[in-house]
Amino acid sequence: MNLVLMVTISGLVSLGVLLLLSRDAFRLVMGLTVLGTAANLVLFFSGRPGSLTAPIIAADASSLTAGAASPLPQALVLTAIVIGFSLLCFALLLTLRLSQQQSHMDVSRYHSSEPLNGNGGDLYQPPILEDK
Amino acid sequence: MLIIAPFLVPLLTALLSYFVKKRYVAVVNIVGGLLFLVAAMLLLSRVLSEGPQSIAMGNWPWHVAIAFIADPMSAMLVLLIALVANASIIFQLNWYEKKHQATLYPLVQGLIASSVALSLSADLFNLYVWFELMLMSVLGLILLGGGRQHTEAAFKYFSISMLGTLLMLTAIGLIQGATGHLNFSALREIAQQPDMSEPLTLFSGLLFAALLLKLGAFPLFSWIPAAYHTLSAPLLALVGGLLTKISVYVMLRLSGQILDGSALHLAIGWLAVITMISGVLGAAYHWDLRRILAFHIISQVGFMLLGIALASPAGDTGTVVFLFHNILVKANLFLIAGLAWWSLGHYDLRRIGGLFKANPWLSAAFLISAMSLVGVPPSSGFWGKFLLLQETFVQKHYIWGGLALLTGLLTLYSMSKIWLECFWKPLPANNVVKPIPWPLMTTILMMTAVIILFGLFPEPLISTLQTHADFWRIK
Repeated sequence: MNLVLMVTISGLVSLGVLLLLSRDAFRLVMGLTVLGTAANLVLFFSGRPGSLTAPIIAADASSLTAGAASPLPQALVLTAIVIGFSLLCFALLLTLRLSQQQSHMDVSRYHSSEPLNGNGGDLYQPPILEDK
Repeated sequence: MLIIAPFLVPLLTALLSYFVKKRYVAVVNIVGGLLFLVAAMLLLSRVLSEGPQSIAMGNWPWHVAIAFIADPMSAMLVLLIALVANASIIFQLNWYEKKHQATLYPLVQGLIASSVALSLSADLFNLYVWFELMLMSVLGLILLGGGRQHTEAAFKYFSISMLGTLLMLTAIGLIQGATGHLNFSALREIAQQPDMSEPLTLFSGLLFAALLLKLGAFPLFSWIPAAYHTLSAPLLALVGGLLTKISVYVMLRLSGQILDGSALHLAIGWLAVITMISGVLGAAYHWDLRRILAFHIISQVGFMLLGIALASPAGDTGTVVFLFHNILVKANLFLIAGLAWWSLGHYDLRRIGGLFKANPWLSAAFLISAMSLVGVPPSSGFWGKFLLLQETFVQKHYIWGGLALLTGLLTLYSMSKIWLECFWKPLPANNVVKPIPWPLMTTILMMTAVIILFGLFPEPLISTLQTHADFWRIK
């Protein structure tokens, strides 16, 4: 169980980092999503994975039976999945907007919020940002 | 109930200002802002008279509940957030380009609510959720601009912050796995057990890496200058004044007070010094008012990180005094920059000038805020810097102290650049000066008055912090 988890999580992390290092905006977003899945898995299995005892406190006891599954990570990961899902929707819309406004998806050539130079190519003079 | 009121009020205002008719939005936001201010004042007075207040949601036992704690430090922070938020809302309501997007005020209020909740939260996972709300609010505010540069800025901001968020989530998962707790007081107890120190150092290192990214420390600050200048001035004051400082506050809380960060303090100290130098050099290069001030945010975050790295009650006091001063002064400077744009029509120092003759009061407000930012005595910035540098030299970190002093000198350089170019230089030909409406000018003067008072009478604040800044510190 632990080996499978380890291989899955590390595989997802390496795939995510690989995609994250890409210059393509869409792949970058996909990389973040894959990394997010890996983070969720870490969160999910941070409790006591593998326990088959339900996390229910018996009527005459005041704490969980020893070795019972921890209910907290499930609640946490559910929240994290919901947040991650909405962030993914937002990121996809943002990328769509980006692709509509730009002629390319190469993130290293996005300079309209930070122009490199505005004064006839003089690198020693910062550009003048037009503001309406 | 009083303790959660400061963020319930903005959340309700957010809801209301989305659903009410357009002509009532201004009223809703002004009333909401004032109620928030009153709630913050009540909370502070309650905390000062009766000691720290806490609430555990849903009547759960303390160690498993989602908890909020207000100690004097966080209650004062909430009051400062209320001041800046009200100034920003007044500016936004009177601003030149009246924005009619229905989502503008909900996003502003969401940002305010999340900053308040972050300063009061006493639960690690809750912290993550509020950081997300903060991120989404700022991204929404940037995207409301609508232009190509706004989409780009939001994309850069999103991709870097998202990485930080994922690091934070992983770290929280690992800490929860190692300790079984998320509550600050429970974590604090466990962090002091010797057998927990090894895994906790590792996992909290990951958490601090995420926080360093969120507060704009050295290698990963590029999202600040990439995105901030695309916001309009009232929003810029709110975002630039609050966002990074709240993250610094959370870092201060976690690194010395909840989790033990002592293994990392040397590294944080060097990062702090490099952050302040690189920020101030970036500011020296630029000529756009907004970008100069945005780079100064980075350099001042470096100062606060230096205080965190010192890891002593005196260092904590210095950091918090500096942080409070910086929230006020930074927001005021961004608002003044907005008014300079209002009257002269441009943010670039090469195209504007003559503001001293046209508006001496605004010039005085700028001069006072700029001197506070530099740290000239007896301004508000002096006290924080003095406490920090004193502690740095007491701990014999002479190189850090020397570089911090150099940063102060370079800050003076770029502030005098603004003063000479924007205020002192004669008005360029063909430029006309537009008059500034009185609500905006009054707001600036009131903020400046608060800054002057802060500088002249720092004693009550400093002595309160000296008794309470190490309220949480691991002994």
